[in-house]
Amino acid sequence: MILMYAGVINAALDASVVSRLAAEESEDKITAIKQLGQTADPAALAVLKALNDDVLYVAGGRVLVIIDDKATDAATGAVLAAVPDDAEGISINNRIRATLANVIAGLRLFDADRTVRLAAAVELQGNADPDAAPLLSRALEKESDPGVKAVLSLAYAQATLGANDPAVRLAAVKMLAESSDPRHRSLLLSLTDAANEPDGKVRAQAELSLRAINSRLQLSNMVGQVFTGLSLGSILLLAALGLAITYGVMGVINMAHGELLMVGAYATYGMQSIFRSKFPELIDWYVVAAIPVAFCAAALVGMIMERTVIRWLYGRVLETLLATWGLSLILIQAARVLFGAQNVEVSNPTWMSGGFELMANVQLPLNRVVIIGFSFFVLALVWVLMNKTRLGMFVRAVTQNRTMAGCVGVPTTRIDTLAFGLGAGIAGLGGVALSQISNVGPDMGQGYIVDSFMVVVLGGVGQLAGAVWAALGLGIAIKFIEGWAGAVIAKILVLVFIIIFIQKRPQGLFALKGRFVDN
Amino acid sequence: MIRTPFIVRFFSATSRRGWIGLGFFSLITLVLMPLLHLALPEGSTFHVSGYVITLIGKILCYAIVAVAMDLIWGYAGILSLGHGVFFALGGYAFGMYLMRQIGRDGSYKSDLPDFMVFLDWKELPWYWAGSDSMFWSIVLVLVVPALLAFIFGFFAFRSRIKGVYFSIITQAMTYAFMLLFFRNETGFGGNNGFTDFKRILGYGITTPEMRVTLFALSALTLMAVLVLGRYLVTSKFGRVLTAIRDAETRVMFIGYNPLWYKLFIWTLSAMLCAIAGVLYVPQVGIINPSEMSPANSIEIAIWVAVGGRGTLIGPVLGAFIVNLAKSYFTVAFPEYWLFFLGALFIGVTLWLPRGVVGLWRTMTEKRIAR
Repeated sequence: MILMYAGVINAALDASVVSRLAAEESEDKITAIKQLGQTADPAALAVLKALNDDVLYVAGGRVLVIIDDKATDAATGAVLAAVPDDAEGISINNRIRATLANVIAGLRLFDADRTVRLAAAVELQGNADPDAAPLLSRALEKESDPGVKAVLSLAYAQATLGANDPAVRLAAVKMLAESSDPRHRSLLLSLTDAANEPDGKVRAQAELSLRAINSRLQLSNMVGQVFTGLSLGSILLLAALGLAITYGVMGVINMAHGELLMVGAYATYGMQSIFRSKFPELIDWYVVAAIPVAFCAAALVGMIMERTVIRWLYGRVLETLLATWGLSLILIQAARVLFGAQNVEVSNPTWMSGGFELMANVQLPLNRVVIIGFSFFVLALVWVLMNKTRLGMFVRAVTQNRTMAGCVGVPTTRIDTLAFGLGAGIAGLGGVALSQISNVGPDMGQGYIVDSFMVVVLGGVGQLAGAVWAALGLGIAIKFIEGWAGAVIAKILVLVFIIIFIQKRPQGLFALKGRFVDN
Repeated sequence: MIRTPFIVRFFSATSRRGWIGLGFFSLITLVLMPLLHLALPEGSTFHVSGYVITLIGKILCYAIVAVAMDLIWGYAGILSLGHGVFFALGGYAFGMYLMRQIGRDGSYKSDLPDFMVFLDWKELPWYWAGSDSMFWSIVLVLVVPALLAFIFGFFAFRSRIKGVYFSIITQAMTYAFMLLFFRNETGFGGNNGFTDFKRILGYGITTPEMRVTLFALSALTLMAVLVLGRYLVTSKFGRVLTAIRDAETRVMFIGYNPLWYKLFIWTLSAMLCAIAGVLYVPQVGIINPSEMSPANSIEIAIWVAVGGRGTLIGPVLGAFIVNLAKSYFTVAFPEYWLFFLGALFIGVTLWLPRGVVGLWRTMTEKRIAR
């Protein structure tokens, strides 16, 4: 701290201006602050920072920076032998503070560090007023970095929008066409009105700039919607992948599939608690540790379900539907008894929180990005398992023709159990992903069964590609419809669409090749 | 050959034993229980309380729904997981009339129902037109759910959606309707639905007389539905329906078009549910969107499964067993009700595929064989 202030105060500042910082009237103080701001002098920045941090004092007409019993003359930078006894702190009110913050940001525009300059430019852009215009233009001349320059020129344009000279205003309006800020759009909108803008040329240019901003905003809006759609789609994919396997193999809908998601999510919660108490230094990696645990927990529950209930109902699909519903009720109530009816808290690890800006106005939350990546990882895993392993081959064989597979020696009942475990385990992985973006509670799985079944219906049974296209397509479609019609209407429209779709293609998007006879 | 007149065929479908059973049933529900409720003073040992009347009345409505469900599931092999939507639509259609009957007695003293005043609506939406007439609301009750069922069923059955596909799509339908009715803008009271009813046809809704009337009406309707059901399932139509259940493709190859058979029984079933909804709403005094929740609809299936599919008496028994158990459990052990219900779903499907009636029949057959 001392070095920061003392080291910089070497060049002499105008002593009369500095002394006015200690004036009685707020007005005088503000004028002095503004004058210091115009100097673009690092020394002025140091003094103003000292004022902001309440370490600026006045003693006998001299303005002093006093830190740790060491006094420095603010104007000259000379170090005093002793701290004067009559040193009195300079107090500032909120109005002065606001000016001070602005001026300090302005001065920081001349900092040597690029990131400091960029931060200052962004801050100034938020409240660029005509007063800041000269400073901004000076900073613009000196600036060499293109990123900072872009922000600065927008700030400058905003600051000069109210200039008296129509030519300056025209240039400013032209410049604002490069902006993607909704605030600038409203500023420009007011300029298209003859009541606010007397000059016709400026008005015409404002129209043009407005159009440019609008199309850019539309694009970023679109990109944002596609991203949230992808995010929803990746969740649907995780939920539907497991369902597609169990439905494909056994021809039954597992109504407790959503509860297997819940098992995975609670497993994640359990791992978080264990890491918190046992390995607090590794807490950021509990999610990674939760992946195999959730898989195994859900797979175990799934295999128990298959062995004890579903196996005995073979060939009675509607009864299986009811029995698995019963299982889901028991699982929900078990979760309530074990963990309480309230949602439990699962927090993102630090490397998954926050977001990054893809383009202006499009913030991508990191946890969603990670989940999209994770769902594709799971997809790849399932693909390898189904297509490159012996187990996968057996599962596909049973899906296509159970009797024939049995005849050539596939142990169909064991495959049933394993396939069910696999599907359940994948649901558990989905639960890990869900725990990172939504609430973890006993009822969390209920909403997913219908949606994920829709994905399976749309995609066609036994086809991974179908599930992928259907999940992502549905996700994006839902988000786009939600954009203009609201969530409920979107749900209803999607349902109507699927009913109509089944009319045309009862086998789904990607039907298995071959002939099937039911009954 | 002269065909037996329809009316004779209709009533002779129900066997002598059936008529005796119905006679007993009407003796209890139409004479005994109303008398014990109205005539005896409250302190008397034999007095039937209002709570019991309402509870049994409610279950009678559920039994109608269960029979309707059995007609499509037990006899046509179509498992609907969305029958709650027809029940609730019937309830809502009649609820509109009940809301209008409140008149200016609501908390805002307005001609509009309270929730509309709360939403700052100035006039009734167009679909509320005519809702102050009992006749029109009964028309709505019969037409709206039937129309929905007809359109939905037409598209679903035409493309031969069946089995679990159909079940899940009906579930999605009821889910979508629930979301729709949860919205305040839909104009049906949103979250809270309709409640605080005051009167029907000008008579107070909470009087013991009205309670007993509704109760008796529910019992009468249930009996009428049973007689109708017996006629349907023993007629040629019913036999084709059972054949469709057991081997749809074969029925098609013989030359029947299953579409119209399924569509008729499906639409009829929806209408019966709607009528049950009409009787249900004034008895419990509230209708809200949670009646359309998928969980409610799937519970209907378990009533039928517990009682015994493919019989007409089974669903009635099932509705009584499950709902009496529910009202006992949710008071005595609220924690364990879901465990019990879940176990019921599993146990009945695993060990009692033909329900209580099936169990009874197996036992009597064994006794006769011995």
